[in-house]
Amino acid sequence: MTEQLDAGVAAWQIKESDVLDGREVGRARRRKEDARLVTGRTQWTDNIQLPGMLHVAFLRSPMAHARITRVDTSVARTQPGVVAVFSGADFAAEQGSLPCVWPVSEDIVIPDHPPMAVTEVRYVGEAVACVVATDRYKAADALDAIEVDYEPLDAVTDMTSALDEGGPKVHEAGNKAFTWTFAQGDIEAAFRDAAVRVERTFVQQRLIPSAMEPRAVVAQTDGDAFTLHSSTQIPHILRVMLALTTGIPEHKLRVVAPDVGGGFGSKLQVTAEEVLCLLITRRLGRPVKWTESRSEGNLTVHHGRDQLQRISVAADADGRIRGVKVDLLADMGAYLMLVTPGVPLLGAFMYSGVYKMDAYDFTCTGVFTTKVPTDAYRGAGRPEATFAIERMVDELAAELGMDPIELRRRNWIRHGEFPYTTVCGLTYDSGNYEAATDRALALFGYDRLRAEQADRRAREDPVQLGIGVSTYTEMCGLAPSRVLGSLSYGAGGWEHASVRVLPTGKVEVVTGTSPHGQGHETAWSQIVADALGVPFEDVAVLHGDTSSSYKGMDTYGSRSLVVGGVAVVQACEKVKEKARQVAAHLMEASPDDIEFSRGEFRVRGTGTSRTIQEIALATFAAHDLPDGFEPRLDADATFDPDNFSFPHGTHLCAVEVDTETGATRIRSYVAVDDVGNVVNPLIVEGQVHGGIAQGIAQALFEEAVHDADGNLLTTTMADYLLPSAADLPAYTTDRTETPATTNPLGVKGVGEAGTIASTPAVVNAVVDALRPYGVRDVPMPCTPERVWRALGQARTPQRTDGGLS
Amino acid sequence: MIPASFDYVRASSLDEALATLREHGEEAKVLAGGQSLLPLLRLRLAYPGTLVDLGRVEELRGVADRGDHVLIGAMTTHYEVVTSPVVREHCPLVALATATVADPAVRHRGTFGGSLAHADPAGDLPAVARALDMEFVARSPEGERVIPAADFFLDYLETALDPGEILTGVRVPKLGPGWGFHYEKFHRTAQAWAIVGVAAAVRRSGGAVEEARVALTNMGPVPVRAIGVEQAVRGADPGANGALRAAAERADEDTDPPSDLHARPDYRRHLARVLTRRALLAAAGAA
Ligand SMILES: Cc1cc2nc3c(=O)[nH]c(=O)nc-3n(C[C@H](O)[C@H](O)[C@H](O)COP(=O)(O)OP(=O)(O)OC[C@H]3O[C@@H](n4cnc5c(N)ncnc54)[C@H](O)[C@@H]3O)c2cc1C
Repeated sequence: MTEQLDAGVAAWQIKESDVLDGREVGRARRRKEDARLVTGRTQWTDNIQLPGMLHVAFLRSPMAHARITRVDTSVARTQPGVVAVFSGADFAAEQGSLPCVWPVSEDIVIPDHPPMAVTEVRYVGEAVACVVATDRYKAADALDAIEVDYEPLDAVTDMTSALDEGGPKVHEAGNKAFTWTFAQGDIEAAFRDAAVRVERTFVQQRLIPSAMEPRAVVAQTDGDAFTLHSSTQIPHILRVMLALTTGIPEHKLRVVAPDVGGGFGSKLQVTAEEVLCLLITRRLGRPVKWTESRSEGNLTVHHGRDQLQRISVAADADGRIRGVKVDLLADMGAYLMLVTPGVPLLGAFMYSGVYKMDAYDFTCTGVFTTKVPTDAYRGAGRPEATFAIERMVDELAAELGMDPIELRRRNWIRHGEFPYTTVCGLTYDSGNYEAATDRALALFGYDRLRAEQADRRAREDPVQLGIGVSTYTEMCGLAPSRVLGSLSYGAGGWEHASVRVLPTGKVEVVTGTSPHGQGHETAWSQIVADALGVPFEDVAVLHGDTSSSYKGMDTYGSRSLVVGGVAVVQACEKVKEKARQVAAHLMEASPDDIEFSRGEFRVRGTGTSRTIQEIALATFAAHDLPDGFEPRLDADATFDPDNFSFPHGTHLCAVEVDTETGATRIRSYVAVDDVGNVVNPLIVEGQVHGGIAQGIAQALFEEAVHDADGNLLTTTMADYLLPSAADLPAYTTDRTETPATTNPLGVKGVGEAGTIASTPAVVNAVVDALRPYGVRDVPMPCTPERVWRALGQARTPQRTDGGLS
Repeated sequence: MIPASFDYVRASSLDEALATLREHGEEAKVLAGGQSLLPLLRLRLAYPGTLVDLGRVEELRGVADRGDHVLIGAMTTHYEVVTSPVVREHCPLVALATATVADPAVRHRGTFGGSLAHADPAGDLPAVARALDMEFVARSPEGERVIPAADFFLDYLETALDPGEILTGVRVPKLGPGWGFHYEKFHRTAQAWAIVGVAAAVRRSGGAVEEARVALTNMGPVPVRAIGVEQAVRGADPGANGALRAAAERADEDTDPPSDLHARPDYRRHLARVLTRRALLAAAGAA
C-alpha cells in the first residue's frame, strides 16, 4: 500500500520535474500536517485537559413535539460527582436565540430558538437539561435522575401535509418559513409549444453529516475573558455570533478551532452546546467539556439535503432545451439555524447547469417540521440542483430516444462561448465541457460499455448494465460580498491573510480560513514558497485561533483556496514590494532596477543580489533602511472576489444491477474534473475521491429515517450506512485544466465538486440499467430493496402499495 | 454513548470464571470479544453489574482436530477460525461464513463462541451451526453438558445456556468426502450484517444431489433449517435447467422474517428464495 503510494507519487514527481522547473505550485506534495494528524500528536478538542475541568452531559427530548410541563433536577443534584444541574428555565434569561444569518425573504418566519428548550421541544434530541459533573460517566449516569414531564403535541414529519391548512403546527406562525421565487425569461412561452415536456419529482433524502471527529467543546474563563475551543469550521464567525448571542464582548472572547477532524458543513454552525458550555462556565467559573457520542451526534448535528423537487423541462424535438421549471419544498426542520434557509438558494442558480436555455422559473418554500434542523452539507444546494438537472437531461434523452451525451452536446455552453452569462444570470468565466467529456468518454470506453449493455439487454441477462452521465458545473468560492448582500446574507464573503517574515527569513502565514482536513498548511506553504522564493519547509501556517488570526470568514463552500489562497498571494505581493525597497536601498539601486526571482533580488544586468533571508535580517536589525521605511516586511491582505468559481467536469458511471435481488455494483467510475490550475494534485485527488464517495453514499447508501412520530431510527452506524472503501469502486480520475480568469491563481474550488457530480451519475446509471423494464426512477438511496420494488412496480403498474415510505 | 458503571473481573481460568459468575448471579455477564456486548453497554441497552472477561482463559482458545469432529474453543477469534488449516480443511463452510463477518478489526476481536452465544439472528454463524448440526459444549460448576444446535437457539438473543453457564467450545462434525459448501450473504455494505444469508452444504453422487443441508440467517428470531428445500432438492440434477430453482422456491416456508430499516418481510422472503438457489448451485459446484 505504502509502496504503491510512493510509486504513485514518484511517478508524479518525475513528470513534474520537467514541467515545474523548481516551482512548488503544481507539485504533488504529501501534506505536511498529516504525520501529526494521523499519529495523534495533535490537539483535538476532546484531548484538552484543564485543571478542575468539569464534564457536561445533556438530557435530550425523547419526543418530537411536546410541551414541557415540569423539570425536576433535585434528585440529580444529589448524585455522585454532580456539581450542577440546569434546565432551560435556568438559562432562559441569558441564553438568547441561536442565530440565523440568512433571512432570505422580507416575510421569513425566524422562530425563537433557545439553545436549551424552556417550554416546548420540537425535535427528538433537543436539549432540555444538563448535568455538570466531575467526569463524563458520572454526568451521563445522573441524567437518569432528572424528571421531565411532557405534554405530547402532534409531530409534523411530512413536508407536503405540513403545508395543509388546519394541521398541527410546529410554531405558532405556521409551518411555512418562506417562499422564495426567481424567474428569468418567458417560461410560459418556453413550455407552451414545446415539442417535449418532461416532469419528474425527486426526493433528496435527509442525510446525516458524519465527520470523523465528533463535535466537542471546551469552555473556560479567567473570570473576565472567555476561551472556547470547539471542533468547528468557523471560529471567526462563531466568535462574532457568540458575542452577539451571549453578550460576552467580542474582545473578551477567544475562539479556537484546534485540529478539526472533518466537518462537511456540519461544523458550519453555531450550536446550542457551544452557547450552553459558555454559559455554564460563566456560572460555575470552571472549565467544562462536552463531547458528543456518535448516536448523540446523529440525533443533534444539523442534517443535510431533505428537499422535494418538482422539476419540468421543455425542449424542441431536436433536443434543444427551452426552459426549466422548478418547484421545491425544503425541509428546514424545527428551527432556522445559521444558514438553513439559504441552502436551497445556493442551488437556485444552478438548475440550468452547463446548459443554455431561454427561460427558467424557480420557487422554493421552506417548511418547518418536528425534526432536527437542516443546514449546509457538502455542496449545500448545488448537489440537489445538479442532481435534478442531470437526471432530467437523461430523462429527456430517453424521451427523445437520443444518446444522453449527444443531447448534452447540443445544449451545453461551447468552449468558444465563454465567458457566458447563464439564464440564471451567473457569468461562468471559463470552461471546456467538450474537452472534459471527450477525455472521460475515452477513459470510460463508452462505446464498448454501450455494446455490452445492448448485449445484456438482448440476452435478458439477470444482471443488467446501466451507464450514467453527469456533466456538472457548480458555483463555489463563496463569495462576492455584494452578491451575498443582494441575497440578504448577513455577512461578506471576503477572506484575509497576513504574512509575517521572521528575522531568520522563515515565514508565518496567518490565514482566516479554517482547515479541518483539507491540507491548507501544505497548499498555502506551496503558494508562499513560490511567491517569496523561500523553501516550502520554511513556511508555517497559523489558523483557527482568533487570538492569532483575528480576521477571517473561515472554511466552507469550496472557498479556501479561491478566496483565502488569493489573499495569501496578495499579501505576499506586498511583502515582496517592501523587500524590494530594502533590497534597492542596500544595493544602492533604484527599486525599478531590481528583479526578483526565486527568493533573490538582483540589480538588473549586474551580479549584485540579496536573498530574501538577508533582507529579512536587515529589516529586523533596521540599521540601514530607506528613509521613512517602517521596519517590517509583514503585510496583510483582504480579498473580496468579483465572481464565484465554476469548476466543472464529466463523470461517467457504469453500474451492474442484479434484477433478481436489486443489488447494485459500480463497475467503473470515471471522473474528469476541471478545477482550473492545480496547486497540489495529490490534495485535489484526495478531495475528488472523498467527494465522489460522499456523492455515491447519497445515491446508494445513506438516509436518515424517521418514524411517523418523528423518532429518528438511524441513530447508529448499523442503521445509517456509510460506505467504506470496500463498498466503493476504484475511481479513474483525470483533469482538464482551464484556468479561472477571475483570480490570479487561475484556480477553482474542488472541495464539493466530487459530491455534486457523482450522485446523478450513479442514479442515472441505475435507472439506465432498468429502463427496458419500464423503470423511470428509483428514489435515493437506491437500496437493493428499492430497486427490487421499482422493478416490481414497473412490471405490474397497477400496484400502488409497493413503494417504500 | 457512555456505559453505566460495572465491575470488571478478568478470569485466568475457566473455574475462576464459573465461580465468579456463580458469586454474582444474574447480575453478571461473560465478556468475550466485546463486539456485541460493548455496543449494548454503550447504548445502555444492557446494565450488567459485573463483567467476567474470558480474554485470558487460554483453555477456551484454539482449534483441535478430534477425529470425527473439529472442536473450536469458544474464545477462538474469527480471524483464527478463518486462518485455521484444520477449519479450512474439515469445515470449510465455517471458514467461508466467518470470512464474511464484519471487517478485519471486528474479526480480530470477536469470537466464535461469542457470536453463537449472542444468538443474533442476523449473525452469520448460527445458521452455519444449524446447517452442520454443531454441538455446543457448556460448563457450569455442576459439570459439562452438550447441546445440539437444533436446541441451542431459543429466541432473539436467547440461547439454551443458563446464566451461570459458559460455552467452552463447539464441536463441528466432519461431513466427510463428497460435500460442497457455500455461504451466500446479502448485505448492503461490506461491514453490515446480513439482510438474509444462506448456508448450504450439498453432497452429490453421480451428478445428482444426494443430500443437502440448508439453513437461513435472519429469516426469523432464530436460524432455521430450510427443510422443504432439503427434501425437494434430493435427487435433483444441478446442471438441469430449473431443478434447483424449483427446490429453492420453498426456502421461505415456515419462516418469520423481520421487518426493519434494511428490508421488509416480503423482500426477505424473495431474497431467501433467490439466494438459496445461488447457494445450492455454488455448493453443488454448478454455479
Ligand atoms: C461493526 C460490527 C459488525 C459486525 N458484523 C457482523 C456480521 O456481519 N456478522 C456476524 O455474524 N457478526 C457481526 N458482528 C458481531 C461479531 O461477530 C461479534 O464478534 C459477535 O457477535 C460477538 O462475539 P464477541 O466475542 O465479540 O462476544 P461479546 O460481545 O463479548 O459477547 C456477546 C454475548 O455473548 C455472551 N458470551 C460471549 N462468550 C460467551 C461464552 N463463551 N459463554 C457464554 N456466553 C458468552 C456475552 O455474555 C454476551 O452476552 C459485528 C460486530 C460489529 C462491531
